[in-house]
Amino acid sequence: MNLNLEKINGCTVLFIKEERIDAHNSGELKEAILHLIERGDVNIIAQLEQVRFIDSSGLGALLSGYKNAAARSGKLALANMQQQVLSMFELTRLNRVFDIYADLNEAFDNEA
Amino acid sequence: MCDSIIQVEVIIPTQTKYLDLIGSIGEHIAKKLDEFSGDKEALAYHLNLVLTEATINAIKHGTMTNPSDTVRITINIQENELNIKVYDHGQGFDLESVPLPDLDQPKEGGMGIFFIRTLMDSVTYTRQGDCNVLEIIKHLN
Repeated sequence: MNLNLEKINGCTVLFIKEERIDAHNSGELKEAILHLIERGDVNIIAQLEQVRFIDSSGLGALLSGYKNAAARSGKLALANMQQQVLSMFELTRLNRVFDIYADLNEAFDNEA
Repeated sequence: MCDSIIQVEVIIPTQTKYLDLIGSIGEHIAKKLDEFSGDKEALAYHLNLVLTEATINAIKHGTMTNPSDTVRITINIQENELNIKVYDHGQGFDLESVPLPDLDQPKEGGMGIFFIRTLMDSVTYTRQGDCNVLEIIKHLN
């Protein structure tokens, strides 16, 4: 899975550089987020601008990250989500779990 | 209204790297349904998702018994009905006993069948000969 990591405004920003998150690569995403949290980066913003498709396992990987971050008093927030991807969060009501921001600036205003 | 007839049959090894291929076929088919009057972009995403979830379900059930197993997927569109069948060679499961996810207490798993049930019009899972068949129907009007 193609992931880029940047520290911006004190937040760990995880750029997910994939068009598709499904059962083929969601395990890798889950492990990558868990690895960040275990090394102490517990405030993470996942930037999903390039993601145009997510399946149930992808939602599960992000939810796992959210729960693991919360367990260490951190947070996994989401930014730059495409409309169809956002609709999956709405269908599963996960939009009520995650803080979802239109872009990174909005995320920094609220999270940094 | 949609009276175009499309028939697709794909057989893949039980490997997750083929999910993209299967999902993309559904997405492309949706975009070719010129006479579908609904939201074609949403239908394209939903078919991609449903095919992805149904195929991973079959892969999970098939691989347990035989790593060189295959999954067969057929997609048929006739008049106003889209019919998807996904065949696996596993031991099968009881579709009716799959619980609805508790959306107020979200968990990592258990959303796949929920998506199929929610986004499509009917879902059945039956034994046919040496296969199990997950049959999904969507009315396109």
